[in-house]
Amino acid sequence: MSRTAQNDHLTRLEQTSMHIFREAFANFRSLCMPWSMGKDSNVLIWLARKAFCGKIPFPLLHIDTTYEFPEMYEFREKARAIHGIDLIVRINEDAIRRGVGYATHDPVTVTHELKTVALKQALAEYKWDALVTGIRRDEDPTRAKERWFSPRTADSTWDYKDQPPEFWGQFASVAPEGGHIRVQPLLEWTELDIWEYIRRENIPNPTLYFSRNGKRFRSLGCHPITHPVESPASNIDEVIEELRRTKVSERAGRAQDHVGRNSMQELRAKGFM
Amino acid sequence: MHVVVVGHVDHGKSTFVGRLLNDTDSLPNGKMDQVRRNCAAEGMEFEYAFLLDALIEEQEQNITIDTTRIFFRTKKRAYAIIDAPGHKEFLKNMVTGAASASAALLLIDAHEGVMDQSRRHAFLLSLLGVRQLVVLVNKMDLVDQSEETYRRIVAEYSAFLKSLGLQAAHFIPIAAKHGENVVERSAKMAWWRGPTVTEALDTFTHEDDLTCLPLRLPVSDIYRFDHRRIVAGRVEAGAIRPGEELVFQPGGRRSVAKTFEDWPGPSRDVVGTGGSASVTLTEQIFVERGQIASHATSQPRVGREFRARVFWLGKEPLVPSKTYRLRLLTQNVEAVVAKIEKVTDASTLASVPSDSVPRDSICEIIVRATRPIAFDLHHECPVTGRFALEEGGRIHGGGIILEARSEGGKGSGKVTAAERTARAGHPPAVVWFTGLSGSGKSTVAELVERRLFDAGRNVIRVDGDDLRAGLNRDLGFSAADRAESVRRAAAVAGLHANAGQIALVTLIAPLAADRAKARAALANHPFIEVFVDAPLEVCERRDVKGLYAKARKGEIAEFTGISSPYETPESPEVHVRTDRNTTEQAADQVLQAIDRILAGKGEDWEV
Repeated sequence: MSRTAQNDHLTRLEQTSMHIFREAFANFRSLCMPWSMGKDSNVLIWLARKAFCGKIPFPLLHIDTTYEFPEMYEFREKARAIHGIDLIVRINEDAIRRGVGYATHDPVTVTHELKTVALKQALAEYKWDALVTGIRRDEDPTRAKERWFSPRTADSTWDYKDQPPEFWGQFASVAPEGGHIRVQPLLEWTELDIWEYIRRENIPNPTLYFSRNGKRFRSLGCHPITHPVESPASNIDEVIEELRRTKVSERAGRAQDHVGRNSMQELRAKGFM
Repeated sequence: MHVVVVGHVDHGKSTFVGRLLNDTDSLPNGKMDQVRRNCAAEGMEFEYAFLLDALIEEQEQNITIDTTRIFFRTKKRAYAIIDAPGHKEFLKNMVTGAASASAALLLIDAHEGVMDQSRRHAFLLSLLGVRQLVVLVNKMDLVDQSEETYRRIVAEYSAFLKSLGLQAAHFIPIAAKHGENVVERSAKMAWWRGPTVTEALDTFTHEDDLTCLPLRLPVSDIYRFDHRRIVAGRVEAGAIRPGEELVFQPGGRRSVAKTFEDWPGPSRDVVGTGGSASVTLTEQIFVERGQIASHATSQPRVGREFRARVFWLGKEPLVPSKTYRLRLLTQNVEAVVAKIEKVTDASTLASVPSDSVPRDSICEIIVRATRPIAFDLHHECPVTGRFALEEGGRIHGGGIILEARSEGGKGSGKVTAAERTARAGHPPAVVWFTGLSGSGKSTVAELVERRLFDAGRNVIRVDGDDLRAGLNRDLGFSAADRAESVRRAAAVAGLHANAGQIALVTLIAPLAADRAKARAALANHPFIEVFVDAPLEVCERRDVKGLYAKARKGEIAEFTGISSPYETPESPEVHVRTDRNTTEQAADQVLQAIDRILAGKGEDWEV
């Protein structure tokens, strides 16, 4: 990589995301970054280390649904060591005891209980002012309307009809009473940008993204409701080539998005990322 | 490249964007079928606008409620279209969208003609600094593709744009619903020889590159995660290289950029506009969030008052009686509106005098900050020449700086402490340095005074030796005289604090009881006790004034530490060890405590 100033697209995205991290850290003393271990999440870790000169000065949070792929648990421990992560792991034990699971419940309910409620439990315990999320505007129409700094109320709801103005690098600086701010450094990135950046920076990622027996995962979630797509792409170069050509949406393999016409909006208004 | 789409409500923005996505082949597979199916299921006729109006409410109201970003690609490059709303009450979303755009597309309904929001949006574009503009004369199908109608709108609207100092690169006649002149040329408008919309977009340039301007690096943070002390910030204009001397304003302290600390390395040789920099300095000067680093040869202005053009989005009107937070890059200070010069109707551009600024209007005002800030005029450097106004943690308006002003104004009646604080930009305080003779009280206090003075604070030193040369000439070193000396020093410090000063008192004040009385006497001002600590043998070795030598010989009676006790402070606000730390480090400790009081902020977040 050239050591002079870069003006290419990926560098612009990277430098902007670093700035968002730094402004978040300057504004909110108590900060946490949920970590799904997916590609976007891993890019976030990389950008955070760039922003803070190597060391991430706040904890990461893994909401363990207990339905992660076994490879993901292995990856978690590997990445934790590589990046020196201060990790908090949370499971919604209460829901597990009540028997909430994919065998007996619909995906929207399970996602809400094991992800959103578990996150709310962690928020209630640690009272973070801000959460750093890896959502991107190109993922879903409701995410396209997001802000860099997006306030959430005490019960984590998103008031998408009355969002604060955001311009000239000035963001919402105060969380609603009892609520928090979602900080979203990857807002402007696309799926293709993410993979091109992973390639350029050589960022560690789970191997589930690469083709085995003609199939690969494009987006990773709970194993019972996350389906691989037909793809021969078995390395980063091939994934990038595939994405340049595809017109199938990234989250097509994620069942909870497609239960009803507006299921994603319902999930997100209730606090889902 | 970011492009914003604006225009009057129902002039066809969402339809246009939907059509643009479709015609550039940028829709995900099945999206069109899905929307058509949804429409059929609900018995509605398919419209291209539905592709964008992903939220239920939008479809019900048939207006776009928030800025959406949609990505599409021409042969030349990738674009993010910001589809800004046209409905009046959603102005803030348009501002959010347009402020990040390099270019704008403004739609005018050929059938309805130029409407008030057509004018308002152009005015806002000029205010937000979006200069690359294409006007789309839409719904040409409703006026039988009439060239005469098109020409009438061009004449009327270009005259209006000229009054704003704007000029459209093109006026393109289109029929978005039918895709005419969007990507493909219209056969029905053979008279049109100009570009299609995508052809026009491809002629635009990125305007956000300000690398050729003077360096403006606002400090976002100071990191001390390990042995390194790193100044973190994004270069907003110009470029920075290691080895260059930097001036931090307000304050004017200087140091040299030593290294960039890029992870995982190797570090860059230069960080240009838009780059996030991690800079170490050769000299550990006091730097804080909000200051702007520049080169000495082209520094920003420093002042408290300026004239600005402001757009106001708050539910409550902008009024002179309230205090707002002024945010300019990473600076965040309290400010008031000193005067509302005029309120402009964004549609007619007529100006009226008014004592308040209602929601969704534009005004020219005098802004007065409570302490000095660093800024540029908008035409000199756009990024440091614009600001946001915040109240209750929410941004309610923004503006561009037109002119710097020297402070003025007259009041009436008794001058109040609040007025003094407002003028000084900070509350008064008393900082009491206690410690043995030779411990370094005056040395540290002198450096603290220099730093505060350079930062534009009102500061004065009240020195024990100076007092003994004048006011306390009648006092000796008996316990009673020492008590009286402390009382007088406290009284003098109190007078200075009443006058709005930060008074730095340097006095041995060996007895805890005397110091407690001084603190009690100054209870109406913030009080910081600084214990300047060095072991007796160190102080004696220093013996700058030769006093220890005299005391040992018995030439001075009742000398503190030798023949008179020194009672160590039990819980001073600041404890500095001058035998272990440098004067710089000691002064930094004191300045941080003072800054916490002045800014009213809690503990330092640095880890």
